[in-house]
Amino acid sequence: MNSSKYKYDSGLGSKKSLIIFLSPALLAILIFFFIPVISAFIMSFTDFSIYALADWNYIQFIGLDNYFRLFDDPLFWIALKNTFYFVITAGPLSIIASLTAAILLSSKLTAFKSFFRLSFFLPVVTTLVAVAIVWRFIYHPNFGLLNYFLSYFGISPIDWLGDPVWAMPAIILMAIWKSFGYNMIIFIAGLQNIPEQLYEAAEIEGANSWHKFHHITLPLLAPTTLFVGIITLIGFFQLFAEPYIMTQGGPLNSTLSIVQYMYQEGFRWWNMGYSAAIAFVLFTIIFTGSIIQLKMKKND
Amino acid sequence: MYQVGKIAVLFLIFILGCANSENDPTVLKFWAMGAEGEYVSQLLPEFEKENPNIEVKVQQVPWTAAQEKLITAFASDKLPDVFQLGNTWVPQFHSLSAIENLSEYVEKSTSIDESNYFPGIWDTNVLDSTIYGIPWYIDTRVLYYRSDILKKAGFDHPPRTWDELYEISKSIKKVLADKNKYAIYLPSNEWAPFVIWGLQNNATLLKSNNSYGNFSSPEFKEAFAFITKFHKEKLAPIGMTEVNNVFQAFKDEYFSMYISGPWNIKDFKLWLTDSLENSWMIAPLPAPTDEYPGASLAGGSSLVINSKSEVKQEAWKLIEFLSRKKVQLEFYKLLNDLPAVKSAWMDSIFVNDKFLKVFYTQFLNVKATPKIAEWEQIAFSKIQQYAEYTVREVMTVDEALAALDKDINEILKKRRWLLDKNEQ
Amino acid sequence: MISLKPKPILLNLLLIIITVITLTPFLWMVSASFMLDGHASTYPPRFLPDEFTITQYSKLFTKLNITTNMLNSFILSISVTLISLLFNSMAAYAFLKFRFKGKEKLFTILLSSMIIPSQVTMLPLFLMLKEMGVINTYFAIIIPGLANIFGIFLIRQYAQSIPDSLFEAAKIDGATDFQIYTKIFVPIIKPILVTLALFTFMGTWNDFLWPLITLTDESMYTLPVAMSNLMSEHSKDPELMMAGSVLTILPIIIVFLAMQKQYIKGLMMGSVKE
Repeated sequence: MNSSKYKYDSGLGSKKSLIIFLSPALLAILIFFFIPVISAFIMSFTDFSIYALADWNYIQFIGLDNYFRLFDDPLFWIALKNTFYFVITAGPLSIIASLTAAILLSSKLTAFKSFFRLSFFLPVVTTLVAVAIVWRFIYHPNFGLLNYFLSYFGISPIDWLGDPVWAMPAIILMAIWKSFGYNMIIFIAGLQNIPEQLYEAAEIEGANSWHKFHHITLPLLAPTTLFVGIITLIGFFQLFAEPYIMTQGGPLNSTLSIVQYMYQEGFRWWNMGYSAAIAFVLFTIIFTGSIIQLKMKKND
Repeated sequence: MYQVGKIAVLFLIFILGCANSENDPTVLKFWAMGAEGEYVSQLLPEFEKENPNIEVKVQQVPWTAAQEKLITAFASDKLPDVFQLGNTWVPQFHSLSAIENLSEYVEKSTSIDESNYFPGIWDTNVLDSTIYGIPWYIDTRVLYYRSDILKKAGFDHPPRTWDELYEISKSIKKVLADKNKYAIYLPSNEWAPFVIWGLQNNATLLKSNNSYGNFSSPEFKEAFAFITKFHKEKLAPIGMTEVNNVFQAFKDEYFSMYISGPWNIKDFKLWLTDSLENSWMIAPLPAPTDEYPGASLAGGSSLVINSKSEVKQEAWKLIEFLSRKKVQLEFYKLLNDLPAVKSAWMDSIFVNDKFLKVFYTQFLNVKATPKIAEWEQIAFSKIQQYAEYTVREVMTVDEALAALDKDINEILKKRRWLLDKNEQ
Repeated sequence: MISLKPKPILLNLLLIIITVITLTPFLWMVSASFMLDGHASTYPPRFLPDEFTITQYSKLFTKLNITTNMLNSFILSISVTLISLLFNSMAAYAFLKFRFKGKEKLFTILLSSMIIPSQVTMLPLFLMLKEMGVINTYFAIIIPGLANIFGIFLIRQYAQSIPDSLFEAAKIDGATDFQIYTKIFVPIIKPILVTLALFTFMGTWNDFLWPLITLTDESMYTLPVAMSNLMSEHSKDPELMMAGSVLTILPIIIVFLAMQKQYIKGLMMGSVKE
């Protein structure tokens, strides 16, 4: 976007009003966001620990030691593996669920559109702590609704949150339930921008539903899908609250995520320097992931 | 939008107005964890009646976030005047200079006397021969066992030595002859049994003034190899998740022995009813040699005073009050928390209870874990991790203990630096 | 217009199935909150209370301090919403209608910093607020929420479509920048402000970790913090926890239902354009 295209100029006294308009937000963001980020970055080169809370003289610069230590830390790799597992599984599943719901809701054949839309969106707005309480109960091995439902198919009770194999799938299921409504709305908006005539023309040429979806909907929805893909990636890499509340990272660290490991090192064991290093590794991963997605789409 | 701005300003004023309010009597802030926080307020009216000039404000801190909460409170100078600490947390708060040296208070006190406490428990609150916390309630681990199964296996008494424990376990496995039934439950997500066995075998867990890991020592290695043998020979189940509900599993003979603390007595009583009512019992832990009973862990919670409190005398009064025999007994009745003062154990409730008698014996032989700030992290994140690797045979005993020491040395780096610094 | 062709039936059936999945947790939460102690922990599960009771709710109000928690949640969510709306819209206006050196660059920097996980800032921010002496006050929540990049971005996206002629006309009439902002800009961007208000309100209402760390006194707890407290201490009273959950999400659902049209519209507008 080229700013010179604006014909309007702020004109006289512009500097003064510019400062008045811009500085409150910018200062707040600078002081309460950028300075903490930079401090955390500096902290990642120190051994800031619990002792430093008592006396600032106990801080030393240790260069890249924290980052080297990460490579040697099995728990870090477990957390990394779990986070990738979550992003790679829950990400696409959540996008597919959103797109399916959006297409269903955009169909002319659908009744009670606004009711459906509303009920799909409800999980997005509700408090995670509160819904986690219900989900913990849905997953209860003895009294939970899920095992009760599965028993109709002859599946014996599963200890969803207590079994290292099932805990992550349980978290994934809940995360998709909680988040798919948000992307669904964005997809609906994207679908509305596709001109109706394209479908009509295709129908005249005898295209079936799948053809229409494959040759019109998907390509024209590509920019929306990219946007959804990136925000989902960013959001899902920061997985924290679900395992924090539901499983505390367990059992056997099977749901320990990077952000949770960072929180644990930082606010449970007070190894703030180490914790900051984890944060910046995560940042690098998310950053790279977003760039790769952008590049991939451009090459298409 | 102008309007919005005005409303915002009004809001800020409202908030500022809400922030401050002061009361006349001396306010004593007291934080306690979980159920203790909920029930302790029932004991306080009597204290306030005796001390009309003191108003105690109790706040309940959830156990799950207690550590975070207390340290952030310390960092922001918001710690209460008096608070509960798990006794293994005392070193951490001492290293922050957050808690008051209580030696003088104890010396002058007419009601709190060291001799009225179990020495092993009292010792967990002592750092550099100075006392920092007063035990409030105590716990330790004992052996829960199914006497009927042991009898079936040919034993009329619980194991007294390690060898006997192993023998009994093998016999149970043989008698039950079911590959889904085990002799003993030693979950690898509980560090306590692994550490207890080491302490029993006189292992020094950390060396050089607690600044290096020493888990590869022959004493610990022997103990660790002994306990992991139960998993390897299928005498103990490997995954902890196979047991959803320990009470159910104990009832179903999934395992016949379990090392746990007093908090489980109530639930086992609830689950094992009718014909099973007398089929289980508890016993002090077996020992490596003939000196029965073997040692267990000195657990429990202590009361400490914030070193920056302005009402330390009042805070001490509250600690004295909560340490009275009568109050400790009431607390036991409310919550089943075992009293810290020995005089309470002379009460008829305790003398006549078969379970409590066992705990009394065990409390006479309890040991403390290393008293350093980093211990919690070592126990919860590292020992459990490598115990898990060993029982699943991902690592051999030697490999696991070497890796454990390496990780611990990394954690203790800062401690070594501080020790060096203080020497200069 | 119900036709009996297989396609619409299949379509609507699929939608009904998804609805059942999304709504079941809520319905069960409400149902269990009216059950007697222990009635939610049975097998097979009870879907409706045998005996309708409000004891769980009265317990929350009498034994626990849920009124205070609710008040805290409301005060904080409303303050953060109002202040951040003001700051964000002013900044968006400046980014849109003022010319200054490095504007695009500054905006790009702001945008790309959105991928920094907010947990990175937690400890430095905590130490900073501690130095300012605002830990355990409402300010500990309000200050970090004064302005946010996402809000500025959303408003700017929306307002890009406003024709410049509107502003020029006002300018020629001699209106000051401030007048243009209040009289023209704000009324036009009202829909996106509503969306953003809802976003911020909900974000603050639902936030858990930050209030958990910064609000140390029970009397300062917000609803989610109080709920997590309840969860660890009363895990054996699922009915009580369900009642607490209902009270926690009820205000959010009411606000959302009342304003959902503007909310969804604004959300669609804000997100698709880039």
